[in-house]
Amino acid sequence: MSFINYSSREINCKIVYYGPGLCGKTTNLQYIYNKTNPEAKGKMISLATETERTLFFDFLPLSLGEIRGFKTRFHLYTVPGQVFYDASRKLILKGVDGVVYVGDSQMERMEANIESLDNLRQNLQEQGYDLDKLPYVVQYNKRDLPNAIQMSELEEALNPTKVPSFEAVAPKGIGVFDTLKAVAKLVLTELRKGG
Amino acid sequence: MTQQLVMYEEELQQINSICEILHRDSNAKAVLVIDKNGQPIAQAGDTQQLDVTSLSSLTAGNVAATGGIAQLLAEREFAGQFHEGEKTNIHIKIVGERVILVVLFDERSSQGLVRLRVKKAATELTSVLETMIKKSASGSGSVFSEITDDDIDNLFND
Repeated sequence: MSFINYSSREINCKIVYYGPGLCGKTTNLQYIYNKTNPEAKGKMISLATETERTLFFDFLPLSLGEIRGFKTRFHLYTVPGQVFYDASRKLILKGVDGVVYVGDSQMERMEANIESLDNLRQNLQEQGYDLDKLPYVVQYNKRDLPNAIQMSELEEALNPTKVPSFEAVAPKGIGVFDTLKAVAKLVLTELRKGG
Repeated sequence: MTQQLVMYEEELQQINSICEILHRDSNAKAVLVIDKNGQPIAQAGDTQQLDVTSLSSLTAGNVAATGGIAQLLAEREFAGQFHEGEKTNIHIKIVGERVILVVLFDERSSQGLVRLRVKKAATELTSVLETMIKKSASGSGSVFSEITDDDIDNLFND
């Protein structure tokens, strides 16, 4: 839920990266963190297990510049993708302003993709949100892998509502900023509507 | 789904003043007010050395996780938390179901004193929050209705 501070002239928004385990949510944030000017970012926090799997969330605060004299700050969060962390995922969706769904392009991860997407919709619903009404974009990650399936198939299975979607190779940064910009734009557009 | 929070000058001043009084009266190192979603709202005391943004996000995560545990135990919420460190202790309290009041203190104060002062501050904070929520409901987004597509595009021209 965006937080508008007229006193310090700031808009704060929360964006959540969602998707199945090992799809590259944390990698997206790491790339953004590495490529952003020091003055525009805060510390990136990863609450991860010893094997670097996300345990609770990753967090990256980002300043995108000013709009009509208001500083825009985006707080990027990832959820833990593994199925059994569902209680944690629900908590992180609280107060969300925009969602990025990161899908894994590999054939063998299709079932996990679909399960995660259903889980996203369900968890949002429990909090009173409707995925179809939220600022929402889709990213197809790992496009460089030989077992990546065709875009048309991914679109059909994972993006039935035809929201903006992006091909990505997160460790190389391909598609990472395009995805972020798209969701940030949607969030600001929603704010204009008074959402 | 919670409603969007809009902060105006008047309420922020009141919240700042509550923080400063609490900081002084409880002999605390620092006092923070954080939105339950992890956004820092106000602070008082020695916050120069603190990474307030990260602290806010992690505290909110902590409170959310504790809230999840409460639900599993059929409790409405655990309104307060206390963490004891070697040098710094932290007292966390949910106020008005919407914000989190955080007090960092050391050996110059005590948990009893902090709890006592927090109780008073929480009552005052609740009343300011109620005003804030009412105002948020009536006048939100007025400035932003004038934002154009160009304004948004310009943000991303790098």
